Amino acid sequence: MPKRIGTRTVLLENKPTVIGHAAVVGQTEGEGPLGKEFDRVHQDDTVGKASFEQAESAMQREAIVCALEKAGKTPADADFILSGDLLAQCIGSAFGVRDLGIPFLGLYGACSTMALSLGLASVLVDSGAANLAVAATSSHFASAERQFRQPLEYGGQRPPTAQRTATAAGATVLTNPPTNATGKIRPRIAAVTFGKIVDLGIKDANNMGAAMAPAAADTIAAFLEDTNTKPTDYDLILTGDLGTVGTALLAELLEKDHQIDIRSVHNDCGLLIYDREKQDVHAGGSGCGCAASVLNAHILNRMEQGELKKVLLTATGALMSLTSSLQGESIPSVAHAVLITADDA
Amino acid sequence: MATGKQEYTKMTEKASPPSPKLKDTVMAFLFGGAICTLGQALYALYTNYGASEDGAKTAVSVTLVFLTAVLTGIGVFDKIAKHAGAGTIVPITGFANSVVSPAMEFRAEGHILGTGAKLFTIAGPVIVYGCAAASVYGLIVYLFGLY
Repeated sequence: MPKRIGTRTVLLENKPTVIGHAAVVGQTEGEGPLGKEFDRVHQDDTVGKASFEQAESAMQREAIVCALEKAGKTPADADFILSGDLLAQCIGSAFGVRDLGIPFLGLYGACSTMALSLGLASVLVDSGAANLAVAATSSHFASAERQFRQPLEYGGQRPPTAQRTATAAGATVLTNPPTNATGKIRPRIAAVTFGKIVDLGIKDANNMGAAMAPAAADTIAAFLEDTNTKPTDYDLILTGDLGTVGTALLAELLEKDHQIDIRSVHNDCGLLIYDREKQDVHAGGSGCGCAASVLNAHILNRMEQGELKKVLLTATGALMSLTSSLQGESIPSVAHAVLITADDA
Repeated sequence: MATGKQEYTKMTEKASPPSPKLKDTVMAFLFGGAICTLGQALYALYTNYGASEDGAKTAVSVTLVFLTAVLTGIGVFDKIAKHAGAGTIVPITGFANSVVSPAMEFRAEGHILGTGAKLFTIAGPVIVYGCAAASVYGLIVYLFGLY
């Protein structure tokens, strides 16, 4: 059963096990440093569909089905699917899973969605409410651009603090142990800290890393305090998509407000997914699919290979809309942390 | 003590790299200048073929709009504009691109409520405030002309 410790961390006593995971990405992400690790790379960002929204849905569906296949399961085996995306009314998810016939819990956590869906799915599995749950999310560069920014062919310039929304989808399949007859190392979800909304007044939608860093700092500090641990107890503290600017600000905030130094164990999915020297991505990657694809390919692969044993995934989301930005509101942000371990598989 | 909004704004300014203003300005000057030079060359060409002054000026605008529309359509314009910045936005090329790009983008929502409705989402404000400014300017010219 899930057990609450400290101020807001939930310990998962059964440690739900990751039995399948998959990541599907677009061309630019495939050309990045992690390109070979993704389960599928689409060279055509429309995935042969009539619109970018349909393409995103198709990619999310593909990631879910692929993760279930890798777990040796079918959609009929899943008790719940928890997913969300950036598109208005979460159509990327709803249309992606509509023919799978799995009870659907639609979530909105902006770019924090992978940690939000994984955290909630873990709680459902750990509590016994689900035997098998799927956590998924997606984002698409083109569908996000047309909703939040300018048409693709518009000739504008982006500031150095801007980040590129990843065209990517990821899915994780969770179940309760014991399923480990293979002797393979299985990553397990040990604890979850859901974040509260933090807003330090940043209004620049071209500087999301800066807007989200305070939320990441707040959640990471709360998690470490609740679990009475320090950064060096982890192999990796992985934020979702803070990019270069947010990464620097996160380290600074944690040091200044909480006397915590995470620099030696910290990395960011937004920095891992692209090669910022060679690819035109400014401050790095962003979008729900950024953390989802890096986690479900690179990170979980490395955990299964025994290279990483304790990873604290902290995905961050900027919870503004185009309307709130036009009305001059600042950007409220949230960060959810999920502790993934591979020590006692 | 927890970092406050004012302090965090300062930290963010320090951590955020600024746009390369000198490079942007030089590129805008070069590309903008090149487009204007092209316009002037076209003007010379059209008048050389017997076009009137007004006719040649209109033909230059039409040619530049056409070229921009083609370059936008084949996905090249935004790649040039990324480097040119204001150099491609300020001349009539920027206006043409700002109409053609949403026209392409919102085809997915249909010809009426997609392309038709979204055609002027970027250029609309320019037209509205351009007309408003022209009216004010015209009024001033008219009033001064009375005396």
